[in-house]
Amino acid sequence: MTEFRRPEADLAAFRRRVVVALLFVVACFAVLGARFHYLQVVRYDYFHSRAEGNRIALLPVVPNRGVIVDRHGELLARNYSVYTLEINPRRVRNLEATLDELAEVVTIEERDRRRLRKLLLETKYFESVPIRTHLTDEEVARIVARRYRYPGVEVQARLFRDYPHGPVAAHAIGYIGRINERDVQRIEERGETANYRGSEYIGKSGLELSYETELHGRTGVEQVEINAGGRAVRLMSRTAAAPGNDLELSLDIELQKVAEAAFGERRGALVAIDPNNGEVLALVSMPSFDPNLFVEGISVADWRALSDSPDHPLLNRASYSTYPPGSTFKPFMALAGLESGRRSLDQRFGNQGVFTFVGHRFVDRKSNCQSNVDVHRSIVYSCNTYYYQLANEMGINAIANFMRPFGFGERTGLDIPGEATGVLPTPEWKRQRFSRREHQTWFGGETISVGIGQGYNAYTPLQMAHALATLVNGGTVYRPHLVRYVVDAQTGERRRIEPEPIGQIPLKPANVAAMMRAMNDVNKTGTAARVFRDAPYESGGKTGTAQVFSLRGQRYVEGQVAERLRDHSWFIAYAPADKPTIALAVLVENGGFGSQSAAPIARQVMDFHLLGRRADQPAGEVDEALAAEMEL
Amino acid sequence: MSGGRFNPLALAWAAVRPIDPWLLALVGLLLGYAYLLMMSASPERIATLQVHFAVGLGAMWAVAVLPPKRLLQFAVPLYLLGVFLLVGVILFGETSKGAKRWLDLGVARIQPSELMKIAVPLMLAWYFHQREGAVRVWEFIVACVLLAIPLGLIVVQPDLGTSLLVAAAGVFVIFFAGLSWKLIVPVVLAGVIGIGAIVGFGDTLCQPEFDWKVLREYQKQRVCTLLDPTQDPLGKGFHIIQSTIAIGSGGLWGKGWMDGTQTHLAFIPERHTDFIFSVLAEEFGLVGALALLGTYLLLILRGFYIAACAPTVGSRLLAGAITMIFFTYAFVNMGMVSGILPVVGVPLPFISYGGTALVTLCIGVGILMSVGRSRSTPKD
Repeated sequence: MTEFRRPEADLAAFRRRVVVALLFVVACFAVLGARFHYLQVVRYDYFHSRAEGNRIALLPVVPNRGVIVDRHGELLARNYSVYTLEINPRRVRNLEATLDELAEVVTIEERDRRRLRKLLLETKYFESVPIRTHLTDEEVARIVARRYRYPGVEVQARLFRDYPHGPVAAHAIGYIGRINERDVQRIEERGETANYRGSEYIGKSGLELSYETELHGRTGVEQVEINAGGRAVRLMSRTAAAPGNDLELSLDIELQKVAEAAFGERRGALVAIDPNNGEVLALVSMPSFDPNLFVEGISVADWRALSDSPDHPLLNRASYSTYPPGSTFKPFMALAGLESGRRSLDQRFGNQGVFTFVGHRFVDRKSNCQSNVDVHRSIVYSCNTYYYQLANEMGINAIANFMRPFGFGERTGLDIPGEATGVLPTPEWKRQRFSRREHQTWFGGETISVGIGQGYNAYTPLQMAHALATLVNGGTVYRPHLVRYVVDAQTGERRRIEPEPIGQIPLKPANVAAMMRAMNDVNKTGTAARVFRDAPYESGGKTGTAQVFSLRGQRYVEGQVAERLRDHSWFIAYAPADKPTIALAVLVENGGFGSQSAAPIARQVMDFHLLGRRADQPAGEVDEALAAEMEL
Repeated sequence: MSGGRFNPLALAWAAVRPIDPWLLALVGLLLGYAYLLMMSASPERIATLQVHFAVGLGAMWAVAVLPPKRLLQFAVPLYLLGVFLLVGVILFGETSKGAKRWLDLGVARIQPSELMKIAVPLMLAWYFHQREGAVRVWEFIVACVLLAIPLGLIVVQPDLGTSLLVAAAGVFVIFFAGLSWKLIVPVVLAGVIGIGAIVGFGDTLCQPEFDWKVLREYQKQRVCTLLDPTQDPLGKGFHIIQSTIAIGSGGLWGKGWMDGTQTHLAFIPERHTDFIFSVLAEEFGLVGALALLGTYLLLILRGFYIAACAPTVGSRLLAGAITMIFFTYAFVNMGMVSGILPVVGVPLPFISYGGTALVTLCIGVGILMSVGRSRSTPKD
């Protein structure tokens, strides 16, 4: 019975609920209506006075961005003030007509109009947009005199960013640019939206990006009365903006200039570190680019020229390009042999001309490498077979475990974005790197290649400099950093960045000393002796050559390979030999042998660092035949 | 009229017949407001707006021509697809503004949570329809689980606005299905007390070190900003301060179309999307605001009338819930813009700029039309 009657009962119940819901809706709408009545009738006078007549507007006061100076106080990034002509598109009825009128008073080129249209699409909702920057005093006078005719158009004094040294150290310093859609999102994620209200620029790369929060400062607020035409007529209160903090770098811009000049037209990178504290003295990536091009939005032509160049000037080779270390890996391998007990300092090997591995014969023809080879001689004359044998005995995992604490295959943590990890190869790495099963197996022959710094090995110049710095200071690991001090803009208080070591590798001092003696002899009698002849200071170094492509057993003869297929030239060096204050790594792309083009650059940099002697011209190249004689 | 020959008149009638003239007129009125406001707030978007209108009305018509029985057949597959896509968002979604909401299918980027605004009430209505005459406690538990699954997936994205709308859609179906008052009253009471507590003890709760646990930091910020917008005048309180000034200065009759000073001179953030109501209230005053409120009320009345006359359990639950979704959209948005509700990303229905939301709403109207057409049953 009840079953039969249910549908009607259900319907009635449903209708009752609809009535309840309707009452709820009406009640809620009544609340809204009451709220509107409260805002629009009861408090109308209050809101009216806030909105009409003289309105109070909260205007952001943009803080001055912190400046960047080098270790001697030389300005690397600064602000300067110029007059700009700006337009607030929301207050202009007909943009094109206004522009036409303005064009009668000041020059507005088609290029300015194009850039304005682009900015209008990107800009945030309320702010004014520059039509012209760098107005002359005469132009300012002409516009201000006719100001009343152009509502929504203002002449403003604005701070601009300038990089006085142009392309020098551009990869380290970076640049700022206009805030775009993606920056807005990042700002939102950091919860900094309020602090960026009014800011037009943000760090886009290098230190300008990584220290953005320090450099930007805190935005202030100005309460102003605004008349019906939208002009500020009276300042009511003001919370000053807190300017951004300044950065004092460990970089020496003069040293940097010497290094860049030493490269000349060649491509490559150089990183110089103070081994006593991890301070980066020079960070070179050649060719470079002019960061000033980016600040106001780079033009299409300039961008094309940079991005289409086969030399990739925007790429930071110092921290992002990886190369096989070649023979610069040998001091680290030798140290591994000594520390692991596989080799001792007085152990000598005869008959080192040939190393045979599963039927393959590896030949080293260098006369100094044939007999009586100990660890010292193996470094000084870069004997390959010594390291084939050592790597084979140690095995790949022991090698990797020894190398890892030096930072091989790991980001060093340098304080600019964009660092490659490099590859410290292990069987485990190979399994994950290759998807095809037949490519995943580790072969003994690959261990042997790793022993002389070829094969899968690949490190950034930064990693090489960092590892050398760690070796020559006896195993203390510092995080390399470009910024020495953050200087509080208000108190002047200087906050030291990363003075403390982050790790200590337990190395026997006797072994370290032996390595440094060997590297010292490299520059005196060994592969780099020619380059360091007559140097008035003692130094240490190691040449290296990174194979660009495999010659499949043929002898490498330069001049017979195309320029882009020539080997990369490596040199790592430090000085003074007893208590190093600089450790550096130089890589010259397609520079041939290490002693040929990289070592002369290192010489010029160390000459300047220790003697103040500047060359300011490209470092010469050692004759390739002589270099080949030493290294092959 | 006979013989299956091509007859333009008959064809036109077949196309027009499913349209409910009341609903169409009310939606047309709302779209008219939208058009006027967009001309004032953001004239460069008018062309796109017209495309949105065309697509929205097309979707409405396409849904309206289907009988409710057919619509309910879509419930399960649509629901499963939605849940599947939401899981996809969690696994492969794109993160934007700190939330994972979008799924890139290669051809298009979609926001699956939007689909759930229709799929959830459809699914629940279908379920209660299946269990007609046998609805007991167990059925309500199942319904709550069906609601909780997609809701949980949206909450973790996190998307407060959409989860609110989906939750409302599901809760209203369950309410109309006859959930006992004994359960409803305590929950409502607890809610009232909770809100009262937040308002009463806002100062303590909004201390930065106070962790709210259930809400994310930015959601907490929104609630706290509502209690005291002046705390953060350049940041999050900015929206509310600016929109209340705009609304209040509109007065009784408004400043006139295109003459809103706050809209044109100063700045109302997101004035073409979530905050478009403040443009309306400024330029058309209390009269305009109440007119809009009245239009929504008529739309809701028509929806309830259709629900009350619907012949089957499924269609009446669906119609009732969709009507309440319209209400939720309108109430939350206007409440937020006028400063009595926290800032959640809920658009003003049919008026805020945004293609996806408009299509969803138009599909909702299409469903109402579909249900409305089937109301003439033999008895009753």
